[in-house]
Amino acid sequence: MNTYDRRRFIKLLGGSGMMLASFNPLTVFAQSNNPSARVIIVGGGFGGATCAKYLNMFDPGLSVTLIEPSKRFTSCPFSNAVLSGMRDLDSISYGYHAHVKRGINVVHDKVTQIDAAAKKITLGNGEKLSYDRLVLSPGIDFRWEDVEGMNASDMELIPHAWQGGPQTTLLRDQLVAMKDGGTFIIAPPENPFRCPPGPYERVSLIAHYLQQHKPNSKILILDAKEKFSKQPLFMQGWEKLYPGMIEWVSGDTGGRIDHVDVKNKTIHSESGDKHQAEVINFIPPQKAGLIAHTAGLTNSDGWCPVNQRTFESEVHSDIHVIGDASIAGKMPKSGFAANSQGKVCAAAIVSAVHGTKMPEPSYVNTCYSLVSPDYGISVAAVYRFSDDKGIYKVEGSGGVSPKEADANFRKQEARYAKGWYDSITSDSFG
Amino acid sequence: MHIKITATILLFFSSLVVSATGLAVEISQAAMLANSCAGCHGTYGKSPGAIPAINGKSASFIVESLKDFQSGARPSTVMGRHANGYSDQEIQLIAEFFSKH
Repeated sequence: MNTYDRRRFIKLLGGSGMMLASFNPLTVFAQSNNPSARVIIVGGGFGGATCAKYLNMFDPGLSVTLIEPSKRFTSCPFSNAVLSGMRDLDSISYGYHAHVKRGINVVHDKVTQIDAAAKKITLGNGEKLSYDRLVLSPGIDFRWEDVEGMNASDMELIPHAWQGGPQTTLLRDQLVAMKDGGTFIIAPPENPFRCPPGPYERVSLIAHYLQQHKPNSKILILDAKEKFSKQPLFMQGWEKLYPGMIEWVSGDTGGRIDHVDVKNKTIHSESGDKHQAEVINFIPPQKAGLIAHTAGLTNSDGWCPVNQRTFESEVHSDIHVIGDASIAGKMPKSGFAANSQGKVCAAAIVSAVHGTKMPEPSYVNTCYSLVSPDYGISVAAVYRFSDDKGIYKVEGSGGVSPKEADANFRKQEARYAKGWYDSITSDSFG
Repeated sequence: MHIKITATILLFFSSLVVSATGLAVEISQAAMLANSCAGCHGTYGKSPGAIPAINGKSASFIVESLKDFQSGARPSTVMGRHANGYSDQEIQLIAEFFSKH
Protein backbone atom coordinates (compact mmCIF):
# COMPACT_ATOMS: atom_id res chain seq x y z
CA MET A 1 0.00 0.00 0.00
CA ASN A 2 1.55 3.32 -0.96
CA THR A 3 1.13 6.44 1.09
CA TYR A 4 -1.59 7.75 -1.11
CA ASP A 5 -3.62 4.56 -0.89
CA ARG A 6 -3.16 4.23 2.86
CA ARG A 7 -4.35 7.77 3.44
CA ARG A 8 -7.24 7.26 1.15
CA PHE A 9 -8.14 3.95 2.85
CA ILE A 10 -8.20 5.54 6.31
CA LYS A 11 -10.22 8.42 4.99
CA LEU A 12 -12.66 6.03 3.38
CA LEU A 13 -12.95 4.02 6.59
CA GLY A 14 -13.65 7.19 8.48
CA GLY A 15 -16.21 8.04 5.87
CA SER A 16 -17.92 4.69 6.32
CA GLY A 17 -18.02 5.24 10.05
CA MET A 18 -19.65 8.57 9.50
CA MET A 19 -22.16 6.97 7.21
CA LEU A 20 -23.10 4.39 9.83
CA ALA A 21 -23.36 7.03 12.49
CA SER A 22 -25.52 9.24 10.38
CA PHE A 23 -27.87 6.38 9.52
CA ASN A 24 -28.20 5.14 13.04
CA PRO A 25 -26.00 5.77 16.10
CA LEU A 26 -24.38 2.46 17.03
CA THR A 27 -25.57 2.61 20.61
CA VAL A 28 -29.26 2.85 19.74
CA PHE A 29 -28.67 0.29 17.02
CA ALA A 30 -27.48 -2.26 19.58
CA GLN A 31 -30.26 -1.63 22.09
CA SER A 32 -33.49 -1.32 20.21
CA ASN A 33 -32.83 -1.86 16.53
CA ASN A 34 -30.59 -4.86 16.82
CA PRO A 35 -31.56 -7.20 14.01
CA SER A 36 -30.15 -10.18 15.91
CA ALA A 37 -31.97 -9.40 19.14
CA ARG A 38 -32.24 -12.31 21.55
CA VAL A 39 -35.75 -13.56 22.21
CA ILE A 40 -36.30 -16.32 24.75
CA ILE A 41 -39.60 -18.19 24.87
CA VAL A 42 -40.47 -20.19 27.95
CA GLY A 43 -42.99 -22.97 27.38
CA GLY A 44 -43.39 -25.10 24.25
CA GLY A 45 -47.17 -25.54 24.08
CA PHE A 46 -49.45 -24.04 21.44
CA GLY A 47 -48.58 -20.45 22.45
CA GLY A 48 -44.82 -20.74 22.86
CA ALA A 49 -44.18 -23.06 19.90
CA THR A 50 -46.23 -20.83 17.57
CA CYS A 51 -44.58 -17.64 18.81
CA ALA A 52 -41.10 -19.11 18.27
CA LYS A 53 -41.97 -20.30 14.76
CA TYR A 54 -43.53 -17.00 13.65
CA LEU A 55 -40.71 -14.91 15.16
CA ASN A 56 -38.36 -16.94 13.00
CA MET A 57 -40.63 -16.66 9.93
CA PHE A 58 -41.01 -12.88 10.32
CA ASP A 59 -37.29 -12.33 10.90
CA PRO A 60 -34.86 -15.23 10.40
CA GLY A 61 -32.08 -12.97 11.72
CA LEU A 62 -33.46 -13.02 15.26
CA SER A 63 -31.82 -15.24 17.86
CA VAL A 64 -34.77 -17.33 19.10
CA THR A 65 -34.47 -19.76 22.01
CA LEU A 66 -37.36 -21.99 23.05
CA ILE A 67 -37.14 -23.47 26.53
CA GLU A 68 -39.37 -26.44 27.35
CA PRO A 69 -38.67 -29.24 29.86
CA SER A 70 -40.34 -32.01 27.81
CA LYS A 71 -38.87 -33.52 24.67
CA ARG A 72 -42.42 -34.03 23.46
CA PHE A 73 -45.54 -31.98 24.04
CA THR A 74 -48.81 -33.85 24.56
CA SER A 75 -51.78 -31.73 23.61
CA CYS A 76 -54.96 -31.29 25.61
CA PRO A 77 -57.04 -30.96 22.43
CA PHE A 78 -58.00 -34.48 21.32
CA SER A 79 -56.89 -35.96 24.67
CA ASN A 80 -60.59 -36.72 25.19
CA ALA A 81 -60.33 -38.95 22.11
CA VAL A 82 -57.56 -40.83 23.94
CA LEU A 83 -59.83 -41.24 26.97
CA SER A 84 -62.53 -42.76 24.77
CA GLY A 85 -60.09 -45.10 23.00
CA MET A 86 -60.38 -43.38 19.59
CA ARG A 87 -56.70 -42.41 19.56
CA ASP A 88 -53.48 -43.24 21.35
CA LEU A 89 -51.35 -40.75 23.25
CA ASP A 90 -48.60 -40.83 20.66
CA SER A 91 -50.99 -39.43 18.03
CA ILE A 92 -51.42 -36.25 20.10
CA SER A 93 -47.72 -35.75 20.98
CA TYR A 94 -45.30 -33.46 19.16
CA GLY A 95 -41.54 -32.97 19.16
CA TYR A 96 -39.58 -29.84 18.26
CA HIS A 97 -37.59 -31.10 15.25
CA ALA A 98 -39.22 -28.60 12.91
CA HIS A 99 -38.20 -25.76 15.22
CA VAL A 100 -34.61 -26.99 15.36
CA LYS A 101 -34.57 -27.27 11.57
CA ARG A 102 -35.67 -23.65 11.29
CA GLY A 103 -32.66 -22.58 13.35
CA ILE A 104 -34.51 -22.08 16.62
CA ASN A 105 -32.42 -23.02 19.62
CA VAL A 106 -34.49 -25.55 21.59
CA VAL A 107 -33.40 -26.14 25.19
CA HIS A 108 -34.99 -28.91 27.24
CA ASP A 109 -34.85 -27.57 30.74
CA LYS A 110 -37.05 -25.63 33.12
CA VAL A 111 -36.66 -21.99 34.08
CA THR A 112 -36.26 -21.48 37.81
CA GLN A 113 -35.81 -17.74 38.01
CA ILE A 114 -36.38 -14.58 36.04
CA ASP A 115 -34.45 -11.41 36.79
CA ALA A 116 -36.50 -8.75 35.02
CA ALA A 117 -34.10 -5.92 35.96
CA ALA A 118 -30.98 -7.68 34.63
CA LYS A 119 -32.99 -9.32 31.79
CA LYS A 120 -31.67 -12.76 32.60
CA ILE A 121 -33.25 -16.13 33.24
CA THR A 122 -31.83 -19.05 35.20
CA LEU A 123 -32.20 -22.58 33.90
CA GLY A 124 -32.66 -25.71 36.03
CA ASN A 125 -28.99 -26.56 35.43
CA GLY A 126 -27.96 -23.20 36.92
CA GLU A 127 -26.97 -21.61 33.60
CA LYS A 128 -28.03 -17.99 33.09
CA LEU A 129 -29.23 -16.67 29.72
CA SER A 130 -29.66 -13.02 28.74
CA TYR A 131 -32.58 -11.78 26.67
CA ASP A 132 -33.72 -8.63 24.92
CA ARG A 133 -37.32 -9.87 24.97
CA LEU A 134 -38.80 -12.71 26.98
CA VAL A 135 -42.05 -14.51 26.16
CA LEU A 136 -43.74 -16.66 28.78
CA SER A 137 -46.28 -19.23 27.67
CA PRO A 138 -46.41 -21.33 30.83
CA GLY A 139 -50.01 -22.56 30.60
CA ILE A 140 -51.86 -23.34 33.81
CA ASP A 141 -51.17 -24.51 37.30
CA PHE A 142 -53.72 -25.73 39.85
CA ARG A 143 -54.98 -23.91 42.93
CA TRP A 144 -54.59 -26.90 45.26
CA GLU A 145 -54.50 -24.42 48.12
CA ASP A 146 -58.22 -23.79 47.48
CA VAL A 147 -59.21 -27.47 47.39
CA GLU A 148 -60.40 -28.97 50.66
CA GLY A 149 -59.28 -32.54 51.32
CA MET A 150 -56.98 -32.92 48.35
CA ASN A 151 -53.45 -31.96 47.40
CA ALA A 152 -51.28 -32.31 44.29
CA SER A 153 -50.10 -35.84 45.12
CA ASP A 154 -53.72 -37.09 45.20
CA MET A 155 -53.93 -36.67 41.43
CA GLU A 156 -52.42 -40.14 41.23
CA LEU A 157 -55.71 -41.49 42.64
CA ILE A 158 -58.11 -38.86 41.35
CA PRO A 159 -56.64 -37.60 38.07
CA HIS A 160 -57.38 -34.14 36.65
CA ALA A 161 -56.09 -35.08 33.17
CA TRP A 162 -56.17 -31.36 32.39
CA GLN A 163 -52.56 -31.40 31.18
CA GLY A 164 -51.95 -33.96 28.44
CA GLY A 165 -49.64 -36.89 29.19
CA PRO A 166 -49.44 -39.42 32.05
CA GLN A 167 -52.61 -38.00 33.62
CA THR A 168 -54.52 -38.74 30.40
CA THR A 169 -53.26 -42.34 30.46
CA LEU A 170 -54.15 -42.72 34.13
CA LEU A 171 -57.74 -41.60 33.64
CA ARG A 172 -58.05 -43.82 30.56
CA ASP A 173 -56.80 -46.83 32.57
CA GLN A 174 -59.30 -46.13 35.35
CA LEU A 175 -62.16 -45.95 32.85
CA VAL A 176 -61.08 -49.21 31.24
CA ALA A 177 -60.95 -50.89 34.69
CA MET A 178 -64.38 -49.56 35.68
CA LYS A 179 -67.19 -52.13 35.95
CA ASP A 180 -70.32 -51.93 33.82
CA GLY A 181 -72.93 -50.14 35.90
CA GLY A 182 -70.36 -47.97 37.66
CA THR A 183 -70.49 -44.21 38.06
CA PHE A 184 -68.04 -41.73 36.58
CA ILE A 185 -68.00 -38.29 38.19
CA ILE A 186 -66.48 -35.28 36.53
CA ALA A 187 -66.15 -32.01 38.44
CA PRO A 188 -65.42 -29.01 36.21
CA PRO A 189 -64.02 -25.88 37.88
CA GLU A 190 -65.26 -22.33 38.14
CA ASN A 191 -64.36 -19.75 35.47
CA PRO A 192 -61.87 -18.87 34.16
CA PHE A 193 -60.19 -22.13 33.26
CA ARG A 194 -58.40 -23.81 30.35
CA CYS A 195 -60.66 -24.92 27.48
CA PRO A 196 -64.23 -23.98 28.55
CA PRO A 197 -65.98 -26.66 26.39
CA GLY A 198 -63.36 -29.31 27.30
CA PRO A 199 -65.09 -30.97 30.28
CA TYR A 200 -68.31 -31.37 28.30
CA GLU A 201 -66.57 -32.85 25.27
CA ARG A 202 -64.91 -35.21 27.76
CA VAL A 203 -68.31 -36.22 29.12
CA SER A 204 -69.52 -36.82 25.56
CA LEU A 205 -66.66 -39.02 24.42
CA ILE A 206 -66.55 -40.98 27.69
CA ALA A 207 -70.32 -41.53 27.29
CA HIS A 208 -69.58 -42.82 23.79
CA TYR A 209 -67.02 -45.26 25.23
CA LEU A 210 -69.30 -46.38 28.08
CA GLN A 211 -72.26 -46.84 25.76
CA GLN A 212 -70.22 -49.25 23.66
CA HIS A 213 -68.48 -51.12 26.48
CA LYS A 214 -70.33 -50.49 29.76
CA PRO A 215 -73.83 -49.40 28.78
CA ASN A 216 -75.32 -49.55 32.29
CA SER A 217 -72.90 -46.96 33.62
CA LYS A 218 -73.75 -43.38 34.59
CA ILE A 219 -71.99 -40.04 34.31
CA LEU A 220 -72.53 -37.35 36.93
CA ILE A 221 -71.30 -33.81 36.32
CA LEU A 222 -70.83 -31.84 39.53
CA ASP A 223 -70.29 -28.36 38.13
CA ALA A 224 -69.04 -25.31 39.99
CA LYS A 225 -70.90 -23.13 37.43
CA GLU A 226 -74.45 -22.25 36.50
CA LYS A 227 -73.95 -22.66 32.77
CA PHE A 228 -71.26 -23.84 30.40
CA SER A 229 -69.86 -23.40 26.90
CA LYS A 230 -72.07 -24.62 24.00
CA GLN A 231 -74.49 -25.91 26.67
CA PRO A 232 -77.66 -26.17 24.52
CA LEU A 233 -75.71 -27.96 21.78
CA PHE A 234 -74.07 -30.42 24.16
CA MET A 235 -77.34 -31.16 25.95
CA GLN A 236 -79.15 -31.64 22.67
CA GLY A 237 -76.46 -34.12 21.59
CA TRP A 238 -76.50 -35.97 24.91
CA GLU A 239 -80.28 -36.43 24.77
CA LYS A 240 -80.08 -37.70 21.24
CA LEU A 241 -77.03 -39.96 21.55
CA TYR A 242 -76.84 -41.01 25.20
CA PRO A 243 -80.36 -40.76 26.65
CA GLY A 244 -80.52 -41.23 30.42
CA MET A 245 -76.78 -41.66 30.88
CA ILE A 246 -75.64 -38.13 31.80
CA GLU A 247 -76.79 -35.97 34.70
CA TRP A 248 -75.59 -32.37 35.04
CA VAL A 249 -75.82 -30.66 38.44
CA SER A 250 -75.25 -26.90 38.39
CA GLY A 251 -73.35 -25.10 41.13
CA ASP A 252 -76.44 -23.70 42.83
CA THR A 253 -78.34 -26.99 42.79
CA GLY A 254 -75.66 -29.05 44.56
CA GLY A 255 -72.78 -29.09 42.07
CA ARG A 256 -70.37 -26.99 44.13
CA ILE A 257 -67.92 -29.12 46.08
CA ASP A 258 -67.22 -28.67 49.77
CA HIS A 259 -64.47 -31.26 50.04
CA VAL A 260 -63.09 -34.40 48.45
CA ASP A 261 -62.63 -37.61 50.42
CA VAL A 262 -59.83 -39.13 48.38
CA LYS A 263 -59.56 -42.42 50.30
CA ASN A 264 -63.24 -43.26 49.88
CA LYS A 265 -63.49 -41.70 46.42
CA THR A 266 -66.37 -39.58 47.63
CA ILE A 267 -67.24 -35.97 46.88
CA HIS A 268 -69.10 -33.94 49.49
CA SER A 269 -71.07 -31.09 47.97
CA GLU A 270 -71.71 -27.74 49.61
CA SER A 271 -75.38 -28.70 49.81
CA GLY A 272 -74.46 -31.68 52.04
CA ASP A 273 -74.85 -34.46 49.47
CA LYS A 274 -72.33 -37.29 49.22
CA HIS A 275 -71.39 -38.77 45.85
CA GLN A 276 -69.30 -41.92 45.68
CA ALA A 277 -67.94 -43.11 42.34
CA GLU A 278 -65.61 -45.69 40.84
CA VAL A 279 -63.83 -43.08 38.79
CA ILE A 280 -63.60 -39.40 39.65
CA ASN A 281 -62.16 -36.74 37.38
CA PHE A 282 -61.76 -33.70 39.57
CA ILE A 283 -60.55 -30.69 37.57
CA PRO A 284 -59.13 -28.25 40.12
CA PRO A 285 -59.54 -24.46 39.98
CA GLN A 286 -56.69 -22.87 38.04
CA LYS A 287 -54.13 -20.10 37.89
CA ALA A 288 -51.24 -19.11 35.61
CA GLY A 289 -48.30 -21.53 35.34
CA LEU A 290 -45.82 -21.49 38.23
CA ILE A 291 -43.03 -19.43 36.61
CA ALA A 292 -45.43 -16.50 36.09
CA HIS A 293 -45.94 -16.40 39.87
CA THR A 294 -42.23 -16.81 40.63
CA ALA A 295 -41.52 -13.87 38.32
CA GLY A 296 -44.15 -11.73 40.04
CA LEU A 297 -46.21 -11.29 36.86
CA THR A 298 -49.60 -12.31 38.27
CA ASN A 299 -52.42 -10.32 39.85
CA SER A 300 -54.43 -11.26 42.95
CA ASP A 301 -56.57 -13.66 40.88
CA GLY A 302 -53.48 -15.60 39.82
CA TRP A 303 -53.42 -14.56 36.12
CA CYS A 304 -51.12 -12.18 34.21
CA PRO A 305 -52.33 -8.71 33.23
CA VAL A 306 -50.84 -7.69 29.88
CA ASN A 307 -51.13 -5.00 27.24
CA GLN A 308 -53.59 -6.93 25.08
CA ARG A 309 -52.21 -5.41 21.88
CA THR A 310 -48.64 -6.67 22.37
CA PHE A 311 -49.00 -9.11 25.30
CA GLU A 312 -46.25 -7.22 27.12
CA SER A 313 -46.66 -7.63 30.87
CA GLU A 314 -48.17 -4.73 32.80
CA VAL A 315 -45.71 -5.55 35.59
CA HIS A 316 -42.33 -5.90 33.84
CA SER A 317 -41.34 -4.37 30.50
CA ASP A 318 -39.79 -6.56 27.77
CA ILE A 319 -41.57 -9.62 29.19
CA HIS A 320 -44.61 -10.87 27.27
CA VAL A 321 -47.16 -13.40 28.53
CA ILE A 322 -49.36 -15.34 26.10
CA GLY A 323 -51.81 -18.23 26.21
CA ASP A 324 -53.80 -19.51 29.18
CA ALA A 325 -51.67 -17.61 31.72
CA SER A 326 -52.51 -14.19 30.26
CA ILE A 327 -55.61 -12.08 30.72
CA ALA A 328 -56.63 -11.66 27.09
CA GLY A 329 -59.92 -9.75 27.18
CA LYS A 330 -62.77 -11.64 25.55
CA MET A 331 -60.63 -14.50 24.28
CA PRO A 332 -61.08 -17.86 25.99
CA LYS A 333 -58.21 -19.89 27.39
CA SER A 334 -57.69 -22.34 24.53
CA GLY A 335 -54.89 -23.85 22.46
CA PHE A 336 -56.24 -22.02 19.44
CA ALA A 337 -56.29 -18.68 21.26
CA ALA A 338 -52.70 -19.29 22.41
CA ASN A 339 -51.67 -20.00 18.80
CA SER A 340 -53.32 -16.78 17.63
CA GLN A 341 -51.77 -14.77 20.47
CA GLY A 342 -48.35 -16.26 19.72
CA LYS A 343 -48.48 -14.71 16.23
CA VAL A 344 -49.66 -11.31 17.43
CA CYS A 345 -46.95 -11.31 20.11
CA ALA A 346 -44.31 -12.31 17.53
CA ALA A 347 -45.44 -9.41 15.32
CA ALA A 348 -45.27 -7.01 18.28
CA ILE A 349 -41.73 -8.10 19.16
CA VAL A 350 -40.38 -8.01 15.61
CA SER A 351 -41.92 -4.56 15.05
CA ALA A 352 -40.43 -3.27 18.30
CA VAL A 353 -36.98 -4.73 17.61
CA HIS A 354 -36.87 -3.13 14.16
CA GLY A 355 -38.60 0.09 15.14
CA THR A 356 -41.26 -0.50 12.49
CA LYS A 357 -45.01 -0.04 12.68
CA MET A 358 -46.88 -2.99 14.16
CA PRO A 359 -49.92 -3.97 12.09
CA GLU A 360 -53.26 -3.72 13.90
CA PRO A 361 -53.67 -7.03 15.72
CA SER A 362 -56.30 -9.49 14.55
CA TYR A 363 -57.04 -12.57 16.62
CA VAL A 364 -59.20 -15.64 16.07
CA ASN A 365 -60.52 -18.51 18.11
CA THR A 366 -62.12 -21.69 16.81
CA CYS A 367 -62.90 -24.59 19.12
CA TYR A 368 -64.45 -27.80 17.89
CA SER A 369 -65.93 -30.36 20.25
CA LEU A 370 -66.87 -33.91 19.41
CA VAL A 371 -70.16 -35.07 20.92
CA SER A 372 -69.43 -38.41 19.27
CA PRO A 373 -66.85 -39.42 16.63
CA ASP A 374 -69.33 -38.36 13.90
CA TYR A 375 -71.04 -35.49 15.66
CA GLY A 376 -69.12 -32.21 15.89
CA ILE A 377 -70.04 -28.74 17.16
CA SER A 378 -68.01 -25.55 17.19
CA VAL A 379 -67.63 -22.07 18.60
CA ALA A 380 -65.70 -19.36 16.81
CA ALA A 381 -65.00 -15.63 16.88
CA VAL A 382 -62.81 -12.92 15.36
CA TYR A 383 -61.30 -10.42 17.79
CA ARG A 384 -59.73 -6.97 17.59
CA PHE A 385 -58.13 -4.58 20.04
CA SER A 386 -59.04 -1.08 21.20
CA ASP A 387 -57.52 1.00 23.98
CA ASP A 388 -60.77 1.23 25.93
CA LYS A 389 -62.12 -2.30 25.40
CA GLY A 390 -58.92 -4.37 25.18
CA ILE A 391 -59.47 -7.50 23.08
CA TYR A 392 -63.11 -7.53 21.97
CA LYS A 393 -65.17 -9.73 19.67
CA VAL A 394 -65.95 -8.19 16.28
CA GLU A 395 -69.68 -7.53 16.21
CA GLY A 396 -71.54 -9.94 13.95
CA SER A 397 -68.68 -12.43 13.86
CA GLY A 398 -68.52 -15.79 15.55
CA GLY A 399 -70.96 -17.78 17.61
CA VAL A 400 -71.79 -21.45 17.96
CA SER A 401 -73.02 -24.05 15.48
CA PRO A 402 -76.75 -23.76 14.72
CA LYS A 403 -79.06 -25.64 17.07
CA GLU A 404 -81.17 -26.78 14.15
CA ALA A 405 -78.82 -28.74 11.94
CA ASP A 406 -79.07 -32.14 10.32
CA ALA A 407 -76.83 -35.18 10.83
CA ASN A 408 -74.76 -34.27 7.78
CA PHE A 409 -73.90 -30.87 9.20
CA ARG A 410 -72.76 -32.44 12.50
CA LYS A 411 -70.79 -35.05 10.59
CA GLN A 412 -69.09 -32.39 8.50
CA GLU A 413 -68.12 -30.51 11.67
CA ALA A 414 -66.70 -33.73 13.15
CA ARG A 415 -64.61 -34.11 9.98
CA TYR A 416 -63.46 -30.49 10.26
CA ALA A 417 -62.64 -31.03 13.96
CA LYS A 418 -60.02 -33.56 12.89
CA GLY A 419 -58.87 -31.31 10.05
CA TRP A 420 -58.68 -28.39 12.47
CA TYR A 421 -56.50 -30.48 14.78
CA ASP A 422 -54.16 -31.46 11.93
CA SER A 423 -53.83 -27.81 10.92
CA ILE A 424 -53.39 -26.23 14.34
CA THR A 425 -50.77 -28.75 15.38
CA SER A 426 -48.83 -28.34 12.12
CA ASP A 427 -49.12 -24.53 12.36
CA SER A 428 -47.76 -24.67 15.93
CA PHE A 429 -45.24 -27.52 15.84
CA GLY A 430 -44.55 -28.11 12.13
CA MET B 1 -4.60 -3.57 -7.11
CA HIS B 2 -4.41 -1.61 -3.88
CA ILE B 3 -7.21 0.48 -5.06
CA LYS B 4 -9.16 -2.65 -5.83
CA ILE B 5 -8.69 -3.93 -2.24
CA THR B 6 -9.71 -0.58 -0.87
CA ALA B 7 -12.76 -0.59 -3.05
CA THR B 8 -13.68 -4.06 -1.83
CA ILE B 9 -13.35 -2.98 1.78
CA LEU B 10 -15.40 0.11 1.07
CA LEU B 11 -18.01 -2.05 -0.60
CA PHE B 12 -18.05 -4.30 2.46
CA PHE B 13 -18.67 -1.36 4.78
CA SER B 14 -21.28 0.23 2.64
CA SER B 15 -23.03 -3.12 2.27
CA LEU B 16 -23.17 -3.31 6.06
CA VAL B 17 -24.97 -0.01 6.08
CA VAL B 18 -27.33 -1.11 3.36
CA SER B 19 -28.06 -4.49 4.97
CA ALA B 20 -28.48 -2.95 8.38
CA THR B 21 -31.18 -0.62 7.13
CA GLY B 22 -32.43 -3.16 4.59
CA LEU B 23 -33.05 -5.67 7.38
CA ALA B 24 -35.69 -3.56 9.05
CA VAL B 25 -38.71 -5.86 8.97
CA GLU B 26 -42.15 -4.35 8.70
CA ILE B 27 -44.98 -6.86 9.01
CA SER B 28 -47.89 -6.11 6.71
CA GLN B 29 -51.52 -5.83 7.75
CA ALA B 30 -52.24 -8.57 5.19
CA ALA B 31 -49.86 -10.97 6.98
CA MET B 32 -51.41 -10.15 10.35
CA LEU B 33 -54.90 -10.92 9.08
CA ALA B 34 -53.97 -13.97 7.00
CA ASN B 35 -51.83 -15.59 9.71
CA SER B 36 -54.90 -15.84 11.90
CA CYS B 37 -56.49 -18.09 9.24
CA ALA B 38 -53.56 -20.52 9.52
CA GLY B 39 -54.85 -22.01 12.79
CA CYS B 40 -57.47 -23.90 10.73
CA HIS B 41 -56.11 -23.70 7.18
CA GLY B 42 -52.44 -24.39 7.97
CA THR B 43 -49.38 -22.14 7.76
CA TYR B 44 -49.67 -19.98 4.60
CA GLY B 45 -53.01 -21.71 3.96
CA LYS B 46 -51.35 -25.07 3.20
CA SER B 47 -53.77 -27.33 5.05
CA PRO B 48 -52.43 -30.81 5.85
CA GLY B 49 -55.86 -32.34 6.55
CA ALA B 50 -59.60 -32.19 5.92
CA ILE B 51 -59.90 -28.40 5.94
CA PRO B 52 -59.56 -26.96 2.42
CA ALA B 53 -56.15 -25.53 1.51
CA ILE B 54 -56.41 -21.89 0.40
CA ASN B 55 -52.85 -21.15 -0.71
CA GLY B 56 -52.33 -20.30 -4.36
CA LYS B 57 -56.02 -19.74 -5.07
CA SER B 58 -56.73 -16.64 -7.11
CA ALA B 59 -57.44 -13.49 -5.13
CA SER B 60 -60.76 -13.02 -6.90
CA PHE B 61 -61.87 -16.55 -5.99
CA ILE B 62 -61.02 -15.99 -2.31
CA VAL B 63 -62.76 -12.61 -2.25
CA GLU B 64 -65.87 -14.06 -3.87
CA SER B 65 -65.90 -17.07 -1.52
CA LEU B 66 -65.58 -14.96 1.63
CA LYS B 67 -68.32 -12.56 0.48
CA ASP B 68 -70.60 -15.49 -0.37
CA PHE B 69 -69.91 -16.97 3.07
CA GLN B 70 -70.87 -13.59 4.58
CA SER B 71 -74.16 -13.40 2.69
CA GLY B 72 -74.93 -17.08 3.07
CA ALA B 73 -75.03 -17.52 -0.72
CA ARG B 74 -72.41 -20.18 -0.15
CA PRO B 75 -73.51 -22.45 2.72
CA SER B 76 -70.91 -23.25 5.36
CA THR B 77 -70.45 -24.75 8.80
CA VAL B 78 -68.13 -22.19 10.37
CA MET B 79 -66.87 -19.94 7.57
CA GLY B 80 -69.90 -17.64 7.66
CA ARG B 81 -69.15 -16.95 11.33
CA HIS B 82 -65.54 -16.10 10.46
CA ALA B 83 -66.16 -14.11 7.26
CA ASN B 84 -68.48 -11.74 9.14
CA GLY B 85 -65.47 -10.57 11.15
CA TYR B 86 -63.76 -8.85 8.19
CA SER B 87 -64.38 -5.72 6.10
CA ASP B 88 -64.24 -5.71 2.28
CA GLN B 89 -60.80 -4.14 2.41
CA GLU B 90 -59.53 -6.76 4.86
CA ILE B 91 -60.93 -9.55 2.69
CA GLN B 92 -58.99 -8.10 -0.24
CA LEU B 93 -55.74 -8.14 1.78
CA ILE B 94 -56.31 -11.72 2.96
CA ALA B 95 -57.09 -12.87 -0.59
CA GLU B 96 -53.97 -11.26 -2.04
CA PHE B 97 -51.80 -12.78 0.69
CA PHE B 98 -52.95 -16.36 0.05
CA SER B 99 -52.88 -15.95 -3.74
CA LYS B 100 -49.11 -15.40 -3.43
CA HIS B 101 -48.32 -18.50 -1.35
